[in-house]
Amino acid sequence: MAVCIAVIAKENYPLYIRSVPTQNELKFHYTVHTSLDVVEEKISAAGKAMADQRELYLGLLYPTEDYKVYGYVTNSKVKFVIVVDSSNTSLRDNEIRSMFRKLHNSFTDVMCNPFYNPGDPVQSKVFEGMVSGMMVQVS
Amino acid sequence: MSGSQWELPPELCCRPMAFVALTGLDVTYNAVHRAIWDAFCANRRADRVPISFKVLAGDHEYPKCRTKRTSYEWYIPKGILKTGWMNKHLNLVPALVVLFYELDWDDPQWKEKQSECATKVEIVSLQGRNTKVAVVLIQKKTPLPPGEDLVASERASSLCNACDLSGKSLFVLPHTDHLVGYIIRLENAFYEHAQTYYYTEIRRVKSHKEFLNKTTHQLLFVRHQFKIAFFSELKQDTQNALKYYRTAYSLVHELRAHETNMLEIKTMAGFINYKICRLCFQHNTPLDAIAQFRKHIDLCKKKIGSADLAFEHTAWMSKQFQSFGELFDEAIKLGLTAIQTQNPGFYYQQAACYSQDRKLTAQQLCQAGAVCPIPDPLDTPTGGLDFYGQRAWRQGHQSIDPPDPEKERTGILALQIKERDVPHSELIIALLSNAVAQFKKYKCPRMKSHLMVQMGEEYYHAKDYTKALKLLDYVMCDYRTERWWALLTAILSTALRCSYLMANVKDYMTYCMELLGRASTLKEEQKSRIEKNLLKVLKNEVPDAEPDCEPSGSSAAAALWKDRMALSGSNEFSIEVQDYVPFIQCKARFLAPSFHVDQPIQLQVFLRADCPHPISFNKLSVSLSNQCYNQWCVVEASGQDTMLLTPGETSCFSFNFVAKTQDVGKKIEMTGIELMLGSGRWVFLSWRGAGGDAASAHEALQASRSARPRGPGAGARPEGAWDALTIQHSTMIISRVPKISVQLSHQPPALNNEMYCITLSIQSQEEGVAREVRLTAGLKPGQDANLSQATHVTLDRGQVCDASDPALLPDIPLGDLNPGHKVEQRVYVRCVSTGPRVFLFHVAYSINTSVDGQEIDCNCHKDETIAIETVEPFEVSSKFVSTKLEPLDRVVVDIPFVLMTDLLSSSPWPLLLHSSSLQLVTMATCTPHPLSQLEQVVLQTGECASECFCLQCPSGAEANGTVATGQYVISWRRESSSLDTPLVHTTVPLPHIPLENIPLYIHAELPSFGRVRETLPVRYHIENRTALVQQVEMAVEPSDAFMFSGLKQVRLHILPGAEQQMLYNYYPLMAGYQSLPQLNISLPRCPATDTHTLRRFLPQRIFVKPQGRELDDASIAAA
Repeated sequence: MAVCIAVIAKENYPLYIRSVPTQNELKFHYTVHTSLDVVEEKISAAGKAMADQRELYLGLLYPTEDYKVYGYVTNSKVKFVIVVDSSNTSLRDNEIRSMFRKLHNSFTDVMCNPFYNPGDPVQSKVFEGMVSGMMVQVS
Repeated sequence: MSGSQWELPPELCCRPMAFVALTGLDVTYNAVHRAIWDAFCANRRADRVPISFKVLAGDHEYPKCRTKRTSYEWYIPKGILKTGWMNKHLNLVPALVVLFYELDWDDPQWKEKQSECATKVEIVSLQGRNTKVAVVLIQKKTPLPPGEDLVASERASSLCNACDLSGKSLFVLPHTDHLVGYIIRLENAFYEHAQTYYYTEIRRVKSHKEFLNKTTHQLLFVRHQFKIAFFSELKQDTQNALKYYRTAYSLVHELRAHETNMLEIKTMAGFINYKICRLCFQHNTPLDAIAQFRKHIDLCKKKIGSADLAFEHTAWMSKQFQSFGELFDEAIKLGLTAIQTQNPGFYYQQAACYSQDRKLTAQQLCQAGAVCPIPDPLDTPTGGLDFYGQRAWRQGHQSIDPPDPEKERTGILALQIKERDVPHSELIIALLSNAVAQFKKYKCPRMKSHLMVQMGEEYYHAKDYTKALKLLDYVMCDYRTERWWALLTAILSTALRCSYLMANVKDYMTYCMELLGRASTLKEEQKSRIEKNLLKVLKNEVPDAEPDCEPSGSSAAAALWKDRMALSGSNEFSIEVQDYVPFIQCKARFLAPSFHVDQPIQLQVFLRADCPHPISFNKLSVSLSNQCYNQWCVVEASGQDTMLLTPGETSCFSFNFVAKTQDVGKKIEMTGIELMLGSGRWVFLSWRGAGGDAASAHEALQASRSARPRGPGAGARPEGAWDALTIQHSTMIISRVPKISVQLSHQPPALNNEMYCITLSIQSQEEGVAREVRLTAGLKPGQDANLSQATHVTLDRGQVCDASDPALLPDIPLGDLNPGHKVEQRVYVRCVSTGPRVFLFHVAYSINTSVDGQEIDCNCHKDETIAIETVEPFEVSSKFVSTKLEPLDRVVVDIPFVLMTDLLSSSPWPLLLHSSSLQLVTMATCTPHPLSQLEQVVLQTGECASECFCLQCPSGAEANGTVATGQYVISWRRESSSLDTPLVHTTVPLPHIPLENIPLYIHAELPSFGRVRETLPVRYHIENRTALVQQVEMAVEPSDAFMFSGLKQVRLHILPGAEQQMLYNYYPLMAGYQSLPQLNISLPRCPATDTHTLRRFLPQRIFVKPQGRELDDASIAAA
């Protein structure tokens, strides 16, 4: 399961970041932020090819010694980033994909809320609960 | 040594080349030898064989060969690889020794020289080594082709015998012009010998294998594979070398690893891994290199070894990553392409990361107080180690437990003490900056920023605060624009500590202000602490130390701050906060985008503090683009009491001022806002323009998105109210609203060429006297340029204006206008072309008025525009007809004809035609003083006025081609206009008409009608118009409708200019329109003129009335 899940706005500022509390939170912020380099590059490369039929799931962005960072971009250019521990080899690509799909669905629900102003930080409890379910459970 | 303990030995990193020793060359004193040596070592490009040459003395001692072991049975190896081994084979033990000797085949002292050479060969022979020896004879003469010089071949074989050489090892080097060519051939031959040597060496090492057993000789398996691989490399057989290195690598991991030999295993694994990666890159298989490296790291990551020396593991890991990064980078320089997600930067970054770990573990493990034990356990008798990766105090020891626990303890202590002195930060920074350079190249700006933050933090740890601040400052802006507040706060906190420790007042305050601002994610109590510190600094006091600073640094900083405090000058700071997110937000606006000059200009400045505690300020000032207004836009604390900003509340400051009349039409902009804080130290926060900061634009955008109605609760959100405040940084000063009415009366459309009258009436509704009323009237500028040529404006009704009158009459003075009074002005416009036009009437005046008690003299103006269409008043058409009113397509000289003109009014207003006249060119009128038939005729819309003129072309006119007729001039005006309105003269050109001469003219004289059975006399006049006598044949054809008397057929002669009359009496038989009997005329002398051409002059038909009674006759007469 994930150690960090982030939602990034179209303009690349964070809408939501949640990481496992046991580790340095700032480090995850940096990891997510630096992964945007790769996301941007992938978007611009895909944008040239075919804008409408783009695959939303970007796959593994880059591996670090300790973590694997996966990316996903919605059609409105909102980015999802999931950071997984490198030692966690049980997670397959398909599972990451389904995590992203769940995240996307939940985020769509947030956007559908008439009281949510697009661009504001996400504070939905339902979303929070869904993310918690995807995080590594700290016992 | 401390840093370099982890460096890879240079002999490992270089490219191994066959080692060939050259002896017998005196390169210092002998020019020939020198030239030969230079030819060997100069220009060693890639196309030459890879050999490293060395000049050695003839009696040079080569390393002795140990006596070969005959059995490995009782042999226990002491380590994996000796430290000297690689260097020995690269630089000490040659593959081939070449003896240079000066000897010509025909040397007189051949025998002596031959034995001297043999002696020298004997001296260089290496005992026990397989090293080859070759002899090169340096000769002055060019040798003959092989086989021709019998003496040479005989002497060569004798020399070979004497020196115990094979024929292949004897070379001749003629010292002639083609030295380099010979040298290249020589070195190729040497290269072959070297290859053979290394081949035999490989065979030799391989042959040991059968003596080894798996239990005691595990180390030797690795050693031998490594040696074979290394020899293969020397032999330039890189494919096999890679194979053997791979085997060696898997063997090294099969070794029994325990705490005492872990370092040795890792060191050797690192060496072999380096070689493998290097060869993979060389073979252009970078993916293999990366895979090998990953495998290597995964295998070794957990092999930490002794916990007391954990820093050694991280140092080693760091080095692994660094050297792989360097290999990768080198491969890129040789043409490999890297990508964003796989570039050397990641390896440098990871190396830096391990170095940081190393620093942390070193800080934990190495106590500051420990002193180095004596004697130093790290000293060895030779000054170095015998085997790679072993401990100095127990070299060669291979069992699991250390031989002497006490020695082990002091040894570890010594290593820890050595580690303490390692400049970790320097190493980390160097690695980070390498990584930064790579990420810059591979388009990773955020990764680059992140690494720069790490560099900054490392500089902070290294106490180089200036450099730290420089780096942090540089990247802060990126995080700010991307709105990653958590990261920005972390960076700011580090920067704040730096500036505190340096006692840099301005930076300290700037960072404090941003950390107190809304972008900071700090907790309330931390903000509160920072604000207290900021207030202290503002009072010129020493702030409290930042937590997380080490105590010694803090005390030094406190001293620095005291010094700063003592400095009396330089206590004023100006801080530009626009590009930050400061703790006081400022927004300013003009209340309207434009103000009339007779209104006071209103301006509001909103301030809002985001810090936890109230903050006071002394002065707020706004500067405007026109500086004379600045004096009105200042608010200052009077005396002791300062103005207070309460957190979370918006304070509004309003300013009013009266604009100067000369600024009408200009824009006033806010150029800056300044807020003065402090007591003891004065800080001016300044915003450019009308406030706002790095985050406010986005907030305003979000506020506008949420601006949809939210029900009754919407007003209760002060947060949203602040965000929704929009900045209005400039305003226009526009002229006062005029209180006059301008009315235009006219009768559109305008008629072409007429003096079109527009009456303008101006009524004043002002309370004072409108002075100097001026009117500008005419064509509105900015229309089609041709219009200004075709439009003329005048005030003078007396005469028709001409081209000299302008299209626009500027500044017509109308005098002063008292309140409630009215003035009228007529303007006449003449348009000489049709189409729409826009006319402008601009009434300007000045008036005194008072604003806020100030008397000002303002200019007001009112513009009226009207669009007027110009149309043609009438259309004139004209046609030529004969005197019988039949249409003419040509006229005949000297014969009268009629010009008919039709004038069709297209004006919507009735027209009064005053007169009309003809201006003839060739023609003459038949009437001496023709009177206009249209005089004083009034034409309504659509009515037509016709007129006819009888014209004649006088004889003598040129009779071929067309002739101009002349012009038709109509004088007219609108019927509605007054009598003294000047008339408009419209000139219409008349059409041209073809003109011709005829030889014979005939016309008939007959009554206008006939009556059945009553005589109808018809007289034909025939004129000869030529200068010749004309013979004319005439005949009258019979007709059913008429009987007639007269000459039926006649031939006559008519003298020039004379006229002949023929009289016929016709007697009509039928009533109605009847064709007259046909008259046939022919001119034998002018065949061109016949009945057809003449018939047009003759009447064709006549109306015959029926025979009536007398009574009817009278009634007709009455009708």
